[in-house]
Amino acid sequence: MAQDEIKPEAARETREAAAERASIAVRPEFRSDPNSPSKEKVFEMKGVEVLYSGVSAVKGISMDIGHNEVTALIGPSGCGKSTLLRCLNRMNDLIPNAEVQGELLYHGEDLYGSNVDPVQVRKLIGMVFQKPNPFPKSIYDNIAFGPRILGRKDALDETVEKALRGAALWDEVKDRLKDNAFGLSGGQQQRLCIARCIAVEPDVILMDEPCSALDPISTGKIEDLMIELKEQFSIVIVTHNMQQAARVSDRTAFLMVELDAEEHNRWGRLVEYDVTEKIFTNPADKRTEDYVSGKVG
Amino acid sequence: MEAGGASAPRNRLAVAGARATTEAMLRDQPRRDVIRNTVFAGLLLLAILIALAGLVALVTQALVRGSSALSPDLINNPPSTAFPDKAGYRPAILGSLQLIAGVILFVVPVGVGAALYLEEYADGSRWWNRLVEINIQNLAAVPSIIYGILGLAFIVRGPLDLGFILAAGSLTLALLVLPMVIIAAREAIRAVPDSIRQGSLALGATQWQTIRTQVLPAAIPGIATGVILAVSRAVGETAPLLLVGATVFVTFDPTPFGSDGYSAMPVQIFNYIVRPQDEFQTLAFAGIIVMLAVLLAMNSFAIWLRNRYEQRW
Repeated sequence: MAQDEIKPEAARETREAAAERASIAVRPEFRSDPNSPSKEKVFEMKGVEVLYSGVSAVKGISMDIGHNEVTALIGPSGCGKSTLLRCLNRMNDLIPNAEVQGELLYHGEDLYGSNVDPVQVRKLIGMVFQKPNPFPKSIYDNIAFGPRILGRKDALDETVEKALRGAALWDEVKDRLKDNAFGLSGGQQQRLCIARCIAVEPDVILMDEPCSALDPISTGKIEDLMIELKEQFSIVIVTHNMQQAARVSDRTAFLMVELDAEEHNRWGRLVEYDVTEKIFTNPADKRTEDYVSGKVG
Repeated sequence: MEAGGASAPRNRLAVAGARATTEAMLRDQPRRDVIRNTVFAGLLLLAILIALAGLVALVTQALVRGSSALSPDLINNPPSTAFPDKAGYRPAILGSLQLIAGVILFVVPVGVGAALYLEEYADGSRWWNRLVEINIQNLAAVPSIIYGILGLAFIVRGPLDLGFILAAGSLTLALLVLPMVIIAAREAIRAVPDSIRQGSLALGATQWQTIRTQVLPAAIPGIATGVILAVSRAVGETAPLLLVGATVFVTFDPTPFGSDGYSAMPVQIFNYIVRPQDEFQTLAFAGIIVMLAVLLAMNSFAIWLRNRYEQRW
């Protein structure tokens, strides 16, 4: 499909921009305290622990996530990256017997406070899933779904167009907005899901391995998109692809599986959290170095 | 190749021999296996034929013996004991239609509601929810006559005390097919993938908004199929209706709440078939043709609906 081809100039431009950004030595605002962005913080976690039926999945997570940044969570399978991500918009509430302990602040407010409504949280903190999950409706209705349920029914056409442009999908679908979303390619479906998320104008977008089911060209488009989107949103992404973390993120957190003495229980632990550049070139922890250099995991 | 010149004929011989052996092995299926295969396939075919034979016998019997009575009178005229050539099924057909309407009115909201609760809200790890689930499966297997007794004791008399009216019959039939509808609706709801629910919830939709705008629309074809199949079962039920007041001989058009009695197709067919005269027998078979046509049409519609709107995820 001609529309699916990436425009070479545009792609190179954004890639170069990304590379340039990544090559800037540690940015001054991060230098003071690597674990705490001096910019505005979106999330502040102190000793966060997630338990399923009383068994820890991740433990002792303390990290801050900055505003208008891309933060990547990397680590081997089962280290609790997705679990941690799903804490941030209270999607774990949907799993029976899931429990979150410790302090998790969102713009200084306790995200798990008794007066906090998880539905309101998810309006502000959107999520894009591993597998594209468009609704079995038209492209238009997929995007309009969020604004409609939130009662923002004015100027819906403009909202839909803006969201689709924001997800770099408008030119490919503008002539077939009434077609079923299932007719789109996998990469287009995932960008549709991003557009759907943008349409409700969240503050944060969480992405759970958004490219793991996509081909390299679609992946490239979504990575470019992330770099554009962080101007407006804060993005937290879980990825298995270390190159991807290196390409798109400003900061990277490396998590690892930890075992207890009897090796009965395993849980995820934050090993290192720093500016992406540092994690990939000069990590402080030996385990991080082994992982990012491909020796383990 | 030059070097192989002397051994070439021998090579050729060896290749020919190997080829012959291979061919023989490929062709020679042991005779015993062939016979076993054929016998087994034949037995399976016989199983299908037995199943089909019943249907074919029923349809041909009905067509041969009933087709002579097929006429507009059959649908337009009330039954008569004196003039079998003029007698028809009008009150029975109207009764059945009203019974079905009542069943649908009751069974759709209650059945879908129960299914939604079990699938979307109930915590399956709690013992009482599992108990409810098991009992719904059991209810679907309870004989229909038991429902008739239940209808008589609790709907016609007892707490509801509706009397022998058509609405009471409707309610009894609805209770009878309710487990079927719940089971079908649950399957349809379960077939909607969780990723759709999560996608909706992640946009800030409430659970009810998610159910109303995503889960239910996606499950409707499956639910509709289940409802149609359940209703076609209700149309054919006779035993419970006899207990809750479907009188066998009604010559006027029934109303939902009229206390003068009502009838239904299978009840009327039964009434005709037990009479010794040939004319009434013919009339009964004509009634069977009408009912079979209606049931086949309903089942075909259900299958069409399922194939047409089934969502592939």
